[in-house]
Amino acid sequence: MSEDNTSSATTRRPDWAAFIIAVFLFVVAGVMAWDASHLKTIAQYDRIGPATVPQVVAFGLFCLGVWTVAEAWRGEFPERDRQEVAPVIWIVAGLAGQMLLLRVAGFSIATGILFALTARGFGKRKLWFSLPLGIVLSFVVWAIFSQLLQLTLPAGPLEHLFF
Amino acid sequence: MSTFEFLWQGILVAMQPMNLVYALVGVTLGTAVGVLPGIGPALTVALLLPVTYKLDPGGSLIMFAGIYYGGMYGGSTTSILLNTPGESASIVTALEGNKMARAGRGGPALATAAIGSFVAGLIATLGLAFIAPYIVKLALVFGPREYFALMVLAFVTVSSAFGDSALRGLTALFIGFALAMVGIDQQTGQARLSFGIPDLLDGVEVTTLAVAMFAIGETLYIAAQGNRIAEKVEAVKGSLWMTAEDWARSWKPWLRGTLIGFPIGAMPAGGAEIGTFLSYATEKRLAKNPEEFGHGAIEGVAGPEAANNASAAGTLVPLLTLGLPTTATAAIMLAGFQQYGLQPGPLLFATNPQLVWGLIASLLIANAMLLVLNLPMIGLWVKLLTIPKPWLYAGILLFATLGTIGANPSVFELGMLLAFGLLGYLMRLFGYPIAPAVVGLILGPLAEQQLRRALAISQGDVTTLVMSPIAAGLLIVAAAAFLIPLILRIRGRGQVLSQLAANED
Repeated sequence: MSEDNTSSATTRRPDWAAFIIAVFLFVVAGVMAWDASHLKTIAQYDRIGPATVPQVVAFGLFCLGVWTVAEAWRGEFPERDRQEVAPVIWIVAGLAGQMLLLRVAGFSIATGILFALTARGFGKRKLWFSLPLGIVLSFVVWAIFSQLLQLTLPAGPLEHLFF
Repeated sequence: MSTFEFLWQGILVAMQPMNLVYALVGVTLGTAVGVLPGIGPALTVALLLPVTYKLDPGGSLIMFAGIYYGGMYGGSTTSILLNTPGESASIVTALEGNKMARAGRGGPALATAAIGSFVAGLIATLGLAFIAPYIVKLALVFGPREYFALMVLAFVTVSSAFGDSALRGLTALFIGFALAMVGIDQQTGQARLSFGIPDLLDGVEVTTLAVAMFAIGETLYIAAQGNRIAEKVEAVKGSLWMTAEDWARSWKPWLRGTLIGFPIGAMPAGGAEIGTFLSYATEKRLAKNPEEFGHGAIEGVAGPEAANNASAAGTLVPLLTLGLPTTATAAIMLAGFQQYGLQPGPLLFATNPQLVWGLIASLLIANAMLLVLNLPMIGLWVKLLTIPKPWLYAGILLFATLGTIGANPSVFELGMLLAFGLLGYLMRLFGYPIAPAVVGLILGPLAEQQLRRALAISQGDVTTLVMSPIAAGLLIVAAAAFLIPLILRIRGRGQVLSQLAANED
């Protein structure tokens, strides 16, 4: 067992991506500590106040950051498969598009775009087919949830046409 | 009143026609969503939470219970017919179940899973009903420091005791804590980590985080794999029914699985996976023909499936009696309670017995409905598995965003959803578990509240935390649960623990 460990440790190289995670943890810890120190300036008369737990959590994150550096240096993070970037960008674009269009275009159109771009990310290239499909589907969902279940879903031109 | 009377009252509540409808809708939706590959019970519950927004608390919780149990049933179907388990607790089921399906014995595999789940659900729900009053009594002597110690124990078991890395589990947990700090401090009214943004004053919603990390993170991860993963749905060939031999080989594993799964779920020890692995190992050791294991042994489906459902019911014990969620699914259910201003715990049993016992009784009813729903209608659920991936994930994202928009139709909330989705993807990529982040987010503020209460009582004296025997004992157990796996891993015996990885549920 122990032989196995040492041999794999020597062949592994420092994991640079994992160092970025450590930096991220340090930044979060720093921001929390800064925010907590900011709280202190407001009147606080007992030792245990709103700043205590954020400080503890910030300290914990800092320690975890140090630990991450140690594991990253020894290359102990699990190996990662090669990731396709394009599908991720399509889906993120869909989510961003929905977010930006929701107020202007209403639920159905905005969510239809999310639907079509997600399908595009998974390889459905025919947007002229998937976009209308997504809009119709979203409209049905909108009708069920806003009319039957009385959820407040933003309405746009398409929704106003029917209701 | 005795437990029997309470349970009887609960059954009367659950048998009201409207509540039966809620339960039926819940189990149907739960099964349908749970069957979809890549969706586990935690995400099922999070996705379907908005459906219940406008219902009354009783009805909505009954529907919720149905969704929870339905999601568990649906997951087993996925793992038997498709070798990608919809939830981590079904991994073991996939081992033998998928082999059985390939050998043309998919029908009996599904049947033993469904009946085993029913038997386990029935026994474990009754176990819940009979144990709960005792734990409620015990909980009444708990003060803030005991609660705090209990939560520390839950944090350790959820994040670092199991899984392949204590570092990554703890990091996920602390990210959850950090997000939990955002918003107005409940005791002093000061804004923390909100950077002057009004949308952040209310804090981060548990459902937003759960949906973002489980649904969007998972979708991004699957998409980023390209077309490498080939999936094949096994058709259900041959007879659906179990032969006399199947029955003879199944009934003991069902009972043993229940006995293993329920206590593990009921202890603050994290996910249902552990029970399924233990049950699998037990069945393998006790089997008359252990060489069949790995080639489709029915015991290897019956035992773990029963353990899976028994521990699902078991996790409701700490959730209902102590307000302590020990899995991501339970964390989201706690969020479901909180949307009605209900805090599960001993008080809820006293102030709202109708609701609690109605919920427990409706679990029994949901369980029976699921048996009827699953055995004859299995063909329908199998069809759901054949939805092509692009449409499936496009639909998942449609419903994922629907929930967030329904809860809070703001651009900012969708922005958080996207940001947490990307975070979830990166966490998944680097092997960080998601469940600790969700549990940390919901349990963090509760732990802080108890800690501050305890320290306020002692006027800031920290030693008060270990001055009560119960609190000290719980903290010692927590320390052991943290240190022992760490030592095991250093000595190179970590494989067993990484097999018990608590990933999703």
